[in-house]
Amino acid sequence: MKEEQIKNQDHQHNDKPHGMERRDFFKILGGGIFIFFRPWKAIDLFGLPAEQGRSLPKDYNAFLRIAEDGTVTCFTGKIEMGQGIITSLPQMMADELNVPVEKVKMVMGDTDLCPYDQGTWGSMSTRVFGPYMRAAAAEARGVLVDLASTQLGVPVSQLEIRDGIITDTKNPKNSVSYAQLTKGKKIEKFLDVKPAVEDYTKFTYVGKSYKRSDAVLKVTGEAKYTGDLTLPGMVFARILRPPSHGAKLTSVDYSGAEKITGTKVVREGDLIAVINENRDKADEAIAKIKAEYSFNELPVNDKTIFEWMLKADSSVKVLRSNGDLETGRKLSDKVFESEFHDPYLAHTAIETHTAFARLEGDKMTVWASTQSPFGLRDDIVRELRFPAEKVRVITPFVGGGFGGKGESQQGIEAAKLAKLTGKPVMLAWTRDEEFFYDTFHPAGVVKIKSGIDKSGLIKFWDYNLYYSGSRGSDTLYDVPNSKTTHYDQKNGASPVHPLATGAWRAPNNNTNTFARESQIDIMAAAAGIDPLEFRLKNLKDENLIACLKAVADKFGYVAGKSPSGRGIGIALGSDAGAWVAHMAEVKVDKNSGKVQVVRIACAQNMGLCVNPEGATIQMEGCIMMGLGYTLTEEVLFEGGNIQNRGFDSYTIPHFSWLPKIDTVILERKDKPPQGGGEPAIIGIGAVVANAIFNATGARLFRLPMTPARVLEALKKV
Amino acid sequence: MEETIKFQLNGKKTEALIDPTQTLLWVLRNHFGLTGTKFGCGMGFCGSCTVLIDNEPVRSCQLSVGEAAGKNVVTIEGLATNGKLHPVQKAFVEHDALQCGFCTPGMIMNATGLLLKNPSPSTLEINNGMENNLCRCGAHLRIIEAVQTASKEMKGGK
Repeated sequence: MKEEQIKNQDHQHNDKPHGMERRDFFKILGGGIFIFFRPWKAIDLFGLPAEQGRSLPKDYNAFLRIAEDGTVTCFTGKIEMGQGIITSLPQMMADELNVPVEKVKMVMGDTDLCPYDQGTWGSMSTRVFGPYMRAAAAEARGVLVDLASTQLGVPVSQLEIRDGIITDTKNPKNSVSYAQLTKGKKIEKFLDVKPAVEDYTKFTYVGKSYKRSDAVLKVTGEAKYTGDLTLPGMVFARILRPPSHGAKLTSVDYSGAEKITGTKVVREGDLIAVINENRDKADEAIAKIKAEYSFNELPVNDKTIFEWMLKADSSVKVLRSNGDLETGRKLSDKVFESEFHDPYLAHTAIETHTAFARLEGDKMTVWASTQSPFGLRDDIVRELRFPAEKVRVITPFVGGGFGGKGESQQGIEAAKLAKLTGKPVMLAWTRDEEFFYDTFHPAGVVKIKSGIDKSGLIKFWDYNLYYSGSRGSDTLYDVPNSKTTHYDQKNGASPVHPLATGAWRAPNNNTNTFARESQIDIMAAAAGIDPLEFRLKNLKDENLIACLKAVADKFGYVAGKSPSGRGIGIALGSDAGAWVAHMAEVKVDKNSGKVQVVRIACAQNMGLCVNPEGATIQMEGCIMMGLGYTLTEEVLFEGGNIQNRGFDSYTIPHFSWLPKIDTVILERKDKPPQGGGEPAIIGIGAVVANAIFNATGARLFRLPMTPARVLEALKKV
Repeated sequence: MEETIKFQLNGKKTEALIDPTQTLLWVLRNHFGLTGTKFGCGMGFCGSCTVLIDNEPVRSCQLSVGEAAGKNVVTIEGLATNGKLHPVQKAFVEHDALQCGFCTPGMIMNATGLLLKNPSPSTLEINNGMENNLCRCGAHLRIIEAVQTASKEMKGGK
């Protein structure tokens, strides 16, 4: 019934563009040149959830504008959460339009002003969105040149553009600026062509290092995040939360909360909240609510989860296969069998999920820290039964996402509370809520059987992945007989993951790279071959070979069999279209089991690098963040109860962990740009595990490699 | 319940009629509109809410406004003078020592407090002094470099 109503509702609006009507849009923005286009491919739509697919704009949406003062504004549904596209996307625009990079402004993550976008994740902004954006910019340039040709009375071929000024090459005094050309005009163009392949070598701004354009705002405290916004009459909300996932509310008494000055309790079904003009009072009031629950939880915890997964009735899918495993086994001199375990991880952005909602007339506006403003808009449309054009999501600066803000439950909650109370409602989750409602990196198991012949060539590779995602599960090495099998949730079976799961920086690739590169290292050691040489011997992929050689060079690698006592490890991998290789040096305290990572080098090939400084920062960030999942991070739970819900019990990297970091970006100006915000994190678990083995001979099969687990592994040496 | 609380805030004498048990963090943000001081965990573990009280870095989520009475409170908004960035702020910009920027005000306030006490810290002393300010984006390397640069500038050595 509910489903049917939504469909009908959508049908009514089918022939109208969702979001703002174009004429309203012009009213806000004034004149200039507008290039409209669809920044998504028809084929991408098949992968979308039904309600998202239905709410896609049926019309073009505004995208790029050259205003009457000559400024270029790029409207994008992408958001800035620290990854730096607020700096790198303007570089791409500036090149295409021949304007100074400072003249390009970004309007991001506003569902009324920006074109539809699925979300900011998967390192897609540069490699997928970028080409469409540049095509629109090229179209705009074409319009400008045509206008200039008419105005200056010379053919297009005789014109040259520099810094937003179009000049007659035969008479340099005969020139006109973008501002002069656009003044008093309102030109619309509709772009329906695929972006052409670019010559990446001709760029002026792209490929050069730029510092963050938002840095001054962020160091002065002026940058506005969702929680920093204010409106007259606003209130702070806190929501009553169950003690564990799956718990059902049986009774509630909120008389105590109502005694706290200025507090109002609001309830709609299971949503029970307190509101107060004062956040401290809201905090005080929520603690006074007495609630009882019934529990029906899965009998599984962070220790039994792996066995639980292996025993589950799974859907089994062969992802890749070549040759014949049995043939490979027969050709093998040594055979290896390993099982790797990876726990649930939390995202722990320092900004918790925050939303600020206001209902004005029949229009709901929600400011939210989200990686998916359009996803949140669609959620609100569905949950509150609002027409899509009556919901606007605006994304201020986002204080970190890492995949965790792809889901924006807080935005739906704030919208419901704004509707219930009639007041602007600020909802900033507590750190406890942030841990409890996270969509965790999924726990998973990888079982690998593999074999090498007498010369150290890999003859077979039988890779079995349980309940983690397949990103990064490619064999990568040149193996004649291999098979990759994915065991995952079976349709109709009860959920195997007891906790909500989602994308976590380079989703699942950390798990797969840890398993693969550990197994490679195990084989290299058994073959008595230097682990770098063993990898090079078994690789054909030129890009991976180049990364390995580059990182070895940067690191100053000296060959030697493992374990050597030196504490040096190697790992490689591929993610988001890019290739990476890592080397690390560790010190292991054999008494305490504590691992200190002394230095890490990383070489990355990401095609054309738009902003080398920005890319380097991302690599450094990946390395530092990666040390967390490698050494300490792990969600502890019993049934639906998350046990570590604070930074005291869930430890993320601290300053004292900082190793010496060396990064190399391989120059590939001839290749399209690839993802840069994630690849450098994927090898950290493996490179450290391999370095620990190199130092001590102890092999770790379980992340994170805590002192207790290192001590346990040392006992087996 | 409400009392007049007087203190020095970003160089100016300030008073507020306010419940003294309220958290300094929320008073700064909501009463004074100084939203540069961030809520990150509310338990004193992350350091995003760090302000200076009598030149000492303090976690404003762990302090009541009453406890700040009579003291000199400086927030991120009070660091720049006449539109000129403080050397620590300037160094953070120069080194690109931030990504999402949410921990940045707390980092800068903590580093400023550190440099006031120890104008020429060693790398190890900077590490130790910054240890319990958390950054999830992984800007640590550049933050350390920024603090080193600021230390040179504040001593006039640059």
